[in-house]
Amino acid sequence: MKADILIAGVGGQGQILASRLIGAAAILEGYTVRTGETIGMSQRGGSVVSHVRIGGESKSATIPFGQADLMIGFELCETVRNIKRLSENGRLIVNTQRINPVTVSLGMDEYDTNAMEDALKKTTSNLIMLDGYSLAHQAGSFKAVNVVLLGAAVGAGYLPLSRDSFIKAIEEIMPQRFHNLNYAAFDSGHDLAGRIIAKNTE
Amino acid sequence: MIKLLMGNEAIALGAIKSGVRVVSGYPGTPSTEILETVAKNNDGSIYVEWSVNEKTAMEVAAGAAYSGARTMVTMKQVGLNVASDPLMSLAYIGVKGGMVIVVADDPGPLSSQTEQDTRHFAKFSNLPVLDPSTPEEAYEMVQAAFELSEQVGLPVFLRPTTRICHACSSIDISDSREEHIPSGFEKDSRWVIFPQLSYRRHIEIEKIQVALSLIFSKSPFNTVSGKGSLGIAGSGIAWSYAQDVINDLGLNVKTFKVGTPYPFPVKLAESFLEGLDRVLVLEELDPVVEEALLEIAGSKGLRISISGKKNGATPYAGEFSYELVHKAISDFAALPGADINEPAIPPLPSRPPVLCAGCPHRASFYAVKKAMKGQKAVFTGDIGCYTLGNAKPLNMVDTCLCMGASVSVAQGIKRVEPDTRLFAFIGDSTFFHTGIPGVINAVYNQTDIVLVVLDNSTTAMTGHQPHPGTAKTMMGNVSEKIDIEGLLRSIGVKWVQKINPFDQKAAITAVKEASNVKGVSAIIFEAPCIALVKKPEPLRVDSHICRACGLCIREIGCPSMILKEDGKVQIEPSTCYACGLCSSICPFGAIGGMNHEG
Repeated sequence: MKADILIAGVGGQGQILASRLIGAAAILEGYTVRTGETIGMSQRGGSVVSHVRIGGESKSATIPFGQADLMIGFELCETVRNIKRLSENGRLIVNTQRINPVTVSLGMDEYDTNAMEDALKKTTSNLIMLDGYSLAHQAGSFKAVNVVLLGAAVGAGYLPLSRDSFIKAIEEIMPQRFHNLNYAAFDSGHDLAGRIIAKNTE
Repeated sequence: MIKLLMGNEAIALGAIKSGVRVVSGYPGTPSTEILETVAKNNDGSIYVEWSVNEKTAMEVAAGAAYSGARTMVTMKQVGLNVASDPLMSLAYIGVKGGMVIVVADDPGPLSSQTEQDTRHFAKFSNLPVLDPSTPEEAYEMVQAAFELSEQVGLPVFLRPTTRICHACSSIDISDSREEHIPSGFEKDSRWVIFPQLSYRRHIEIEKIQVALSLIFSKSPFNTVSGKGSLGIAGSGIAWSYAQDVINDLGLNVKTFKVGTPYPFPVKLAESFLEGLDRVLVLEELDPVVEEALLEIAGSKGLRISISGKKNGATPYAGEFSYELVHKAISDFAALPGADINEPAIPPLPSRPPVLCAGCPHRASFYAVKKAMKGQKAVFTGDIGCYTLGNAKPLNMVDTCLCMGASVSVAQGIKRVEPDTRLFAFIGDSTFFHTGIPGVINAVYNQTDIVLVVLDNSTTAMTGHQPHPGTAKTMMGNVSEKIDIEGLLRSIGVKWVQKINPFDQKAAITAVKEASNVKGVSAIIFEAPCIALVKKPEPLRVDSHICRACGLCIREIGCPSMILKEDGKVQIEPSTCYACGLCSSICPFGAIGGMNHEG
């Protein structure tokens, strides 16, 4: 199995932890993994992108344009910003949460939600949009939005790694006091995406 | 055991495996996690410190290596500028225990002042450099670097770049650890640099360069493979991209992977160049490999066309990508370019990094801005999170040069513009790093500046490392806290005030007063970085009271404040730290605690 997964969002949303969880789950299933991301300046509310490459022979962690099998967008605008890396009709999970950059609040730039959603719909039909922020909040913390989205990717059948591997990866990587919260977050995304896919194929 | 490791973690674990005993460094993206990983995996036998700056770190490591210990010092590329004084002499003196100098370069640059290339420093100082192309190679290279350092008696550079430091690979690591018991410091004239010694050592060092080139021609980090009349040479991450592109294109070319750019593996390079008509060199930043190949081709009288930066085939500035390398190789091999079908996307708002919601620096900048409204003032800035104070709407950083420069640049401006009030902003960690000599200079030369120390009790930008003002060390033990106020007073700064910047009234009054002091005055804005405190309940905007004037957003640009469609303001609860700066600005009292109506 070979899968290139791109995660795009805003610094502070837990993308890097998400990429580590995918990496740990993939290693548990016996795959080689490469990940790459921009940390540093970008963390402070800037755009953050993580590349995760499972299996395959590539020597570099960066996924070339048009080659990501799956993209997990943690924020709408950042998803659109990086959509050029998604493969033709690739799989896309999008958290509909909108995080306004300061440039928008100051009136320097515009955030056109409808145009962005339309652009994503035109790019791929393998698209699931969900409100990860609310699901995370219901699971116990808005911070768990990253794990909600991973759950959604697995539940939709977009990420070919098992739920069990992710449960083990959470155990391995995260402090114990956060385990139950994150199991709940994973399952809420998993179940919702599963239902959406089932409905779409009806 | 197979683990997913970041390049920086791999370097740290490789050093531990090699029996490193002393590790020093100064934080700097993208190098910081190396030293932190050593500390995290320390069984107690390794001494690990965050030094006050890179020069100090280099000297601590040198002393330990004189004493026979395997040592490692870590920094980012601009840190090496600070450490270049000990570096240049150390190359003459040499070491006894293996010493690895890890310097992380930052093509792009993604979070640095310059795109300087540490491979030049290796050449300049006559020290060998290893240039990893993947995190797993970095793991191997750091171990080889210790061996090599002891073999030739010189420090060895390991020079990863951001895409190696911050990339992860599944790496098979071993828990075993080599035992290296330091022999201790032995008194000898070889440790005392004198002109006579330097002359003798210089002759030796040049001989070692020749020997190193031969050693490197047999190194597993340098490989020649394939055949044909076209050749592709590469180093670092550019080599990894090149391999992927060559595979994807199914290209048959002769390749030369260079893992040791200096001293250049001349013998191996000659075998690469043999029979070639044309060569493409792929490397980020400066044309180090390209120049080495040109030199060999020139000295051997080979008629080979060598493409790279010098003929514009690849750029000097910025980082490489798969796409850039794909185009360079396609052009070189006269293949049609890839058809990239880019999806149409609407205009997107830009998202620059900003000061966090609740960041005390925002309050500090705002207080100075308010106090100096209508006055002629220049605000010199420095390196840290607070460089982000340059963004709108604060606009409070007029200059930024390098670590510690805020203090001294302000003095130069003041000497040319005596009527302007000069404020030098510097963070606590940067103050200890290289800020103090500038303050002494201003006191000594009686220059009127206001020093503004932004003391958030941590080195925030690089991920919250301790420093001399925090009473903690990297080994965790409590050390004597170095008091910034006491230090300033002891060097002759007579007017010093410590203020919480969120007390805006007191802060503005103090700034006005400080700006009228003759000589050096200092304000220490004390408030911890929000990442160090438990997040309190967020503030709320009472939408019945909010008049949609937008003043709060326009004045401070807090990322937690969102403009709703009706022009009223809303606070994002997940990021608000209830610092209260917005509520002190609101003329209608619309912003308050959780009991406030939403």
